[in-house]
Formats: sequence, structure tokens, C-alpha cells
Amino acid sequence: MGLIKGLQDSYRIAVKDLLEFERNRMGLIFLFLMPFFMLIMTGYIFPTGSSYTNIPVAVVDLDNSAVSHALIAQIQAMNNKTNAMDISYVSSVATAKDDITKGQVYGAIVIPEGLASNMGQETSTNITIYSDNSNPQLSMIMQAMGAQIVSVLGSEQAAANVMTIDMKANQTISPATAEALIAPLVPVEQGTVPGNMNYFSFVAPGLLMMIVMMGAMTGIPRAVAHEKEIGTFDGILSAPVNDMSIIFGKTLAQTVRGFIQGIIVLIIAILLFGVTIHGSIPLAFFVLFLGIFSFIGLGILLTSLANNEETAQILMMVLQFPMMFLTGVFFPIQQMPWFMQDLSKILPLTYAVTAMRKVMILGAGPTDILSEMAILIVFGAIMLIIAIPVFRRSMTR
Amino acid sequence: MTENYAIEVRNLTKKFGNFTAVDDISFNVNEKEIFGFLGPNGAGKSTTIRVLCTLARPTAGDAKVNGYDLLKDANKVRSSIGLVSEKMIMYERLTAAENLRFFGNLYQMPKKKLEDKIDELLKLVNMSDWKNAQIGTFSTGMRQRINVIRALLTEPKVIFMDEPTLGLDPQTTLSIRDLIRDINKTGTTVILTTHAMIEAEALSNRIAIIDHGKIIALDTPANLKKLVEEADMTVFSARIPNLTPLLVEKVRKLDCVAAIDQPDAYDIKVSARGSEGFDRIIDTIRADGGKISMINTNEPTLEDVFLSVTGKAMRDQANEKPKQRRHGPWGAPRARVR
Repeated sequence: MGLIKGLQDSYRIAVKDLLEFERNRMGLIFLFLMPFFMLIMTGYIFPTGSSYTNIPVAVVDLDNSAVSHALIAQIQAMNNKTNAMDISYVSSVATAKDDITKGQVYGAIVIPEGLASNMGQETSTNITIYSDNSNPQLSMIMQAMGAQIVSVLGSEQAAANVMTIDMKANQTISPATAEALIAPLVPVEQGTVPGNMNYFSFVAPGLLMMIVMMGAMTGIPRAVAHEKEIGTFDGILSAPVNDMSIIFGKTLAQTVRGFIQGIIVLIIAILLFGVTIHGSIPLAFFVLFLGIFSFIGLGILLTSLANNEETAQILMMVLQFPMMFLTGVFFPIQQMPWFMQDLSKILPLTYAVTAMRKVMILGAGPTDILSEMAILIVFGAIMLIIAIPVFRRSMTR
Repeated sequence: MTENYAIEVRNLTKKFGNFTAVDDISFNVNEKEIFGFLGPNGAGKSTTIRVLCTLARPTAGDAKVNGYDLLKDANKVRSSIGLVSEKMIMYERLTAAENLRFFGNLYQMPKKKLEDKIDELLKLVNMSDWKNAQIGTFSTGMRQRINVIRALLTEPKVIFMDEPTLGLDPQTTLSIRDLIRDINKTGTTVILTTHAMIEAEALSNRIAIIDHGKIIALDTPANLKKLVEEADMTVFSARIPNLTPLLVEKVRKLDCVAAIDQPDAYDIKVSARGSEGFDRIIDTIRADGGKISMINTNEPTLEDVFLSVTGKAMRDQANEKPKQRRHGPWGAPRARVR
């Protein structure tokens, strides 16, 4: 009887919370908009290989010879294919540097004096790439692009040189052979996942997981703190209701809400951003459920700590930040320094996100994510064991 | 341990950190009476109510509500009481009926009975038309009516009301007071806190005057007033057009003056001790050049009772209370009263 009444109370509290939520039109709109914005922003701001276009670059031709003009023509021809750069021409290195400082261009390619004569004497020439290294991101892009241009130009020049040498040796070879001679190894990139991958496919599983788990972790303390503040909590507490029924009711409501939001994320990701799910959907939902389970304890613990809405918000912020950046939702963990990687290993969201990504994108089966699932269950259980007594004490009516 | 008491409180103390909100109080509330807690803000009225509603755990002492021990039988206590809180207990986005239904269900009321009761109570407060309107659209007076009937839903034997007329317009105040009397007539014990003297006097069978966490007087309104006379006290007010602060101080220092209150620039209200007290005070005022244009000796009011038992006017104390609220997750005292 006690258990049934307890569950009934949980159910009623959850239904009440959801009804309140359903009547909050603004909240509903944001329920939809939040994942939408998150996907758009994270999906588009993160650089993908081919996404550089129209980067303003200055070209300085100090040689001003037929050879340098030919070189510039080659750069232009290359750029016409990719549109990576928006090229402008300046007369001196000083002007180019000045433009970089002003932020008018991201970098400059400098063709030095003596290019033509170096070519004639078969001496190598330094092409200098200037970049704004106060902005590491831009600087990196510029360096990479410059290196690529120089390498392509160099190869073309080398191919031409090889053909000339061969001609001198009274041998004729085709340009293709010359290319093969100077670049005997050519890399071909191939992923293990079929179909077109983009950053959305990387973000969507993580985002789905994060939104749902955040709901469990921060939604409960916020909901309870809110009721405490407006005074309705007294009404529930002065009724013959078990403390645990209250917390499970609140959790249930937040979980349902999280699931709805998760499904919205999925639908948006699939329909608008072309994300495809390769793995089993029931398994994905099971992982989602485990993720929520692992966070309930933390949510209850925070509820005991936050006795007003403001505190709840602050606690939420403090926890949300590391979760967002350290758990591989937006940025791959592998690119972080070792200490950050270690830190990310103690956050349960990391495992949930990894598992979700494996299931959704790599089509992993239950056995492939056993360790992640085990960690989530253990973490969830430990947190609950810690949280429930703390919560009970905090509720001493 | 008799059946006649709706509430028995023994040496109840509630501390929040170093702050003692309720200080070793003991009292009984008879069944079917209206029992008023009168005191200034922060005196410990609300905290007492919260402890008795199982919303706060007593630091020491114990209490029985409807014969159930507060700690051992908390859920039985909860089932047998109703609470009208100062912060109204209702959800803005739910309708009146949904609010009542939600709380009724927590008490496991049978469905049919619950629905009938909701209709009956809404009718009682003339709000049947608003049954399916969201609380968010209600005026304060309408909300308070819902707040009151929410506590009546389960037909509790004891109903606690914390400042039920605070912030209401006079008309609604009167209708809430009528409602409280009606509730009481059906055999419900009502425990009421208020800082309005008139309300306490108009409603209560017995009144406990509480100050600094202690009950300093407890009796029927009539007997409380007799306290003033029995103490050989004279309470009078005087209008002195050329009243100065210096004069007020001079009168205050007289040993026959129990308390002095200055409601406005020209008036003083004095509680004087002993048979010659009155004369001595008048002489002092005159000797100081004070012109007395009017003197009234009134029937003592509860305000005078408060004045004579605490030596202070109630409204003076509102400002005197130190703020003891601490916030933050680690702060020892939890939200004191709400």
C-alpha cells in the first residue's frame, strides 16, 4: 500500500508538473528552439575541412617578373576551383602587415625578389606566409592554406622541371608520369562510416544526450527550488506524501520533458541537417535512459543544496560548463591536453555521449558499449546512495 | 493526554542556528475553538505553525496534533490537518479545480467525493464560475479564497491559518473572517496567526500573545483585558499640542509608567502603574509646560494588553528584530519562515 501510494503520488506530481509546463507557452517554444539553435550554432561555427571560403589574403609580388606573374596566375587558377581565398594585391610587405594588423586580411603570401633568377639558377626560393598569430585559429588556417598552396605550386614546378630535364635527356614523358615521379605516394581519405559525414553527425548524439541529462540534473533542483520559493512546496510537504515520492515525481516529469526535447533534437538533426542514424533506435533510447539514471543522484544532491532558485541556477551553471566543453559533446576529447582528458574521464556525460555516438553513428551493438553502460550504472547507483540520505536530511520537516 | 485537546505543545523550541525562533513554549488548544496567535512580525507565530504542520522539525520538546505525535506519526498529523499558508499554496498555471484536485489526490480522497467537495467548496466561497479558470487570472482576494478552501478539502479536524487576511482589501477580509467562523461552526478547530489585534479579538476564543518566541499571555480576549486592570494599570491617551521628544522621555522615565507609545506627533498613550500613577504623569507633563488638550481613558484593548505585558507597542517591534536569515547552500539555518 505504501509503495503504491508512493508511486501514485509521484505520478500525480509528475502529471501536475507537466501540465504546468504544457501551459507555459514560452517554455514550449524554447523547448523547440533551444536544440535548434544549439545544432545550428555548433554545427556551423565548428570548422570542417572544406568550409573555408573567401578568406581575405594579400599577395605581395616583390619580384615582378614573368615567372612571378605566372606563379600568381597559378594561384588564381587554384583559387578559382576552391574559392578559398579572396585575393588582393599589395605592393610591399609593410602594407601587407599593416592590413593584417587592421584585420583587413588574414594573412599574406610574399613572393620575394629574385624568384626569376633563382629559378634560372635552380636554387630554391622561400615563399613567406604572414599570418596574424595573435589569433591562433586564424593563424593556423592561414599557415595550412599557405603551405598547401606552396606545396601544390612546388609540385607543379617540379613536374615541369622533371619534364625539362627529361627532354634534355632526350626522353619524353607525359605530365602524368612526371607527377607520379615527384609524388609517388598520394593520400586518399576514407572514413569507416558510410555516407556523408558532417559536424552535425558528430554533435547531434552528444547534444541529444546532454540536453536530456542536463534536464535530469538541473531540472529537478530548479523545479523544487521554484516550488519552495512560491510556497507551494509547503502544500505538498504538509500533505501525507513521502519525500521520495516528491523527488521521483519531479524526476519523472523532467525525464519526460528531456525525452521530448531529445526527440526534437533527433527530428531536427535528421530532417534539417541530414544526420543519419546507423544503429538501433531502441538501444539509443536505452542509452538515453541510462544517462538520465546516472544523473538523477546528482540532481537530487543538488536539490538538497539549493534552497532557492538563485542558488539552483548558480549550481547549474557551475556544472554545465565543464559538461559542455569537457565531455566531447562539441569538441572531440582526443584533441584536448592530457589533464583535460583525465578530467573528462570522471564526468559521466563523457561515457553517455561516447556510447550514444557509437550507437547512432557507428551502429554499435550492446556489446560494443558494455563498458560505458557499466560505468553509467555504477556512477548512477553511487550517486543515489550518497544523495538519498543527504536529501532526506535536507528535507527534515 | 486528554481527548479534549486538539493540540498539545510541551516545551517546544525551534532554533535556526543561533537564533531561537520559538523558545520553550507550552500550550494546549481545545477542540473546536478558534485559537489566535498574536504577535509582531518575527515573534515566532509562523514558525510555531510550521512546526505543528510538520514543515519544520522542533529542536526540542514535542507536540501532539489530534492526538498524534508530530515526529512519530507525522503522516497521520498531516492527514488530519489543513494549512492556509501566508504564501498561497496554488499553481498559477492550473485552474482552480485542477489545483484542488491535485492536493485532494495527495490525500487519497475518493474521486467522487473529491469532485463533490470541490464543487461544494467553490460554491461556499462564490467561485463556482471560476472553477475552470487558471489561478493566474485571479485577483488576490479570489486566490485567498481558493487558498482557504484548499485547506478545507479533506475536512481536517484542525486547520492552521497563517495570516489569512494579510494584504487583502477590507471587504475580502470580512468575508474571509466570516468564512473562518463558518468553518469553526462545523466543528473544526482553527489555529490562527495574525498581527492584527482586531482580527485576533474578533475571531478568537482564546489568544496567545507571543513575543520573542515566548508566550507571554494566554487567555480569552476578555480575560486578557482584565489583566490590564488586575495589574492595577491605567491606560489612557492624552493629546498634547506642544509635545516634545524630551517630554516623552521624561514621562517614560517615571517609575509608574509601564509603557508609553507615541502614535503621532501630538498624542501619547501611556500605561500607568499604581493608584497615583495617573496623577503623577499628568503632574509631570504640566510641570514641564505641556498643555493637555484631551485625555481619554478607554476600555483596554488587546493593544493595551500587549503594551502592558511586553512594555512595548507591537508595531515598534517590527523594526527591532534582527535579521537572522542566511542564504546559500551551506548556511546552517534553513529558510526560517515563509
